[in-house]
Amino acid sequence: MSTTEQQATTDAMTLAEVERLRADFPILGERVNGHPLVYLDSGATSQRPKRVMDAERDFAEHRNSAVHRGAHTLAAEATELFENARATVARFIGARENEVVWTSNATEALNLVAYSFSNASLGRGGADAERFRLGDGDEIVVTEMEHHANLIPWQELAARTGATLRVIGLSDDGTLRMDEAAAIIGERTRLVCFTHVSNVLGTINPVEQLVALARAVGAFVVLDACQSVPHRAIDVAALDVDFAAFSGHKMLGPTGVGVLYGRAELLAAMPPFLTGGSMITTVTLEKAEYLPPPQRFEAGTQRVSQAVALAAAVDYLSEVGIDRIHRWEAALGQRLVEGLERVPGVRVLGPASGVDRAGLASFVFEGVHAHDVGQYLDDLGIAVRVGHHCAQPLHRRFGVTASSRASAYLYTTPEEVDAFLDGVRGVGSFFGVGR
Amino acid sequence: MSSGLDGLYQEVIMDHSRRPHGHGLKDGAAAESHQINPTCGDEITLRVHAGEGGIASISWEGHGCAISQASASLLSDLIVDLDEAAVRERIAAFRELMRSRGELEGDDELLGDAIVLGGVSRNVARDKCAMLAWVALEDALQRVP
Repeated sequence: MSTTEQQATTDAMTLAEVERLRADFPILGERVNGHPLVYLDSGATSQRPKRVMDAERDFAEHRNSAVHRGAHTLAAEATELFENARATVARFIGARENEVVWTSNATEALNLVAYSFSNASLGRGGADAERFRLGDGDEIVVTEMEHHANLIPWQELAARTGATLRVIGLSDDGTLRMDEAAAIIGERTRLVCFTHVSNVLGTINPVEQLVALARAVGAFVVLDACQSVPHRAIDVAALDVDFAAFSGHKMLGPTGVGVLYGRAELLAAMPPFLTGGSMITTVTLEKAEYLPPPQRFEAGTQRVSQAVALAAAVDYLSEVGIDRIHRWEAALGQRLVEGLERVPGVRVLGPASGVDRAGLASFVFEGVHAHDVGQYLDDLGIAVRVGHHCAQPLHRRFGVTASSRASAYLYTTPEEVDAFLDGVRGVGSFFGVGR
Repeated sequence: MSSGLDGLYQEVIMDHSRRPHGHGLKDGAAAESHQINPTCGDEITLRVHAGEGGIASISWEGHGCAISQASASLLSDLIVDLDEAAVRERIAAFRELMRSRGELEGDDELLGDAIVLGGVSRNVARDKCAMLAWVALEDALQRVP
């Protein structure tokens, strides 16, 4: 065996290592309905290692105070931890510190961009913000696979400014119609907003090609990175996107904290979304001057303990190795899809097995509603997501209102995938279909 | 399989979901309501058909889980030649049952076979599935001229 091969072998995550990691996640020891919990809903919310919970608790017990104000020791220490957390997240995605804005979640991050553009369109932000103004004749491009969080803010922005929303459709295999993308993205296009990885289909979108199309016409690029940052190495500078949004709770972190990445020179020219305390320099009764980014976009009391805990989550992911996690999950994703493809009556949404896809799989069981599938699996202690997964237009595209989704993470084992597949095989006979 | 799942998907419920009664919209409605369960996107369109002294029958169309389909079917069996007060009394009784978290058995005088859906009330995620048709009926009653 060559040195390189040995390296590759030792590099891959092993079941023994995953079993060790699982011990860090207290909730994975739970029993549900008399069975060991098989948690396959990390695409909705991931579980937290003890270290992340400890970081949040430690902050509350020893450092809790307001950040960016006050001269006492705790305030200074809290501010340092808060800003160190920002630096940790920035390094993780290849951004600079002043390009990371804390938000409550990815939804707020995307709305921040939309409302800042909206405010610019009303003339706020002055001459610097003219480049963000939208109006009649301008176009915002989204895709048919978007999560509602990366669709509705753009519908609303279009409605407020008079711009038109254009939609890149999907092929039957769950990939973007790149011919349509090339036809739609044109000189009227001002914004191109798309997801990196589909939360339903598992499709990995060709960021590079879409960015190239947007760049050619001078449009801004907004990337929904909710399903990519937690699972694969992301370098926002290399991807050359203008904005990216993701959530802490999908990457081993707590709820209540999300991130907006924005290119420094853009954030510096954008008018604020939320206004109030902590984001100003000089305030008179008539008007206010605003701080530079990221503080300009962080009005009011911040989610400090959550940010600190998110940094602990990022450290955890980095120590395991995000590339190694990616490979582990890619294998689990293939196992999921291959297994589902063999169950009679099951239709997998998204790319077929063998195609590069995320560590998740959504499916429709012909003749059995997704809620009933989920209920049956829950009885076996298996947690999956059922419903429209905040992507109604996508489901409509595939002729269904709902689907069931299993999604893996670094702590998911092949045995859990197999237990899930066994469960799915039992659905047909329980509900009296597919025989 | 645990008693929990069998309690939820009792034979009566499964039979109704596979061969639902009242399914298929009929002409000549006094009122109609369209309801959506936003968590799953399930929907129902329900029509109220007037008769002497009140409601002769209902008809409906929609798609959804076994619970929601069975519930609409059981409701169709129940609403036959009733006056409006009696219909409202049945909706109220069913809502109380669905909110009971498994504490009530349900009044079979009022609800007939629909009391089998009582098990659903133990599951907070599913009571909306069972309520969908009943909410549609309640809404349709408001719309009767």
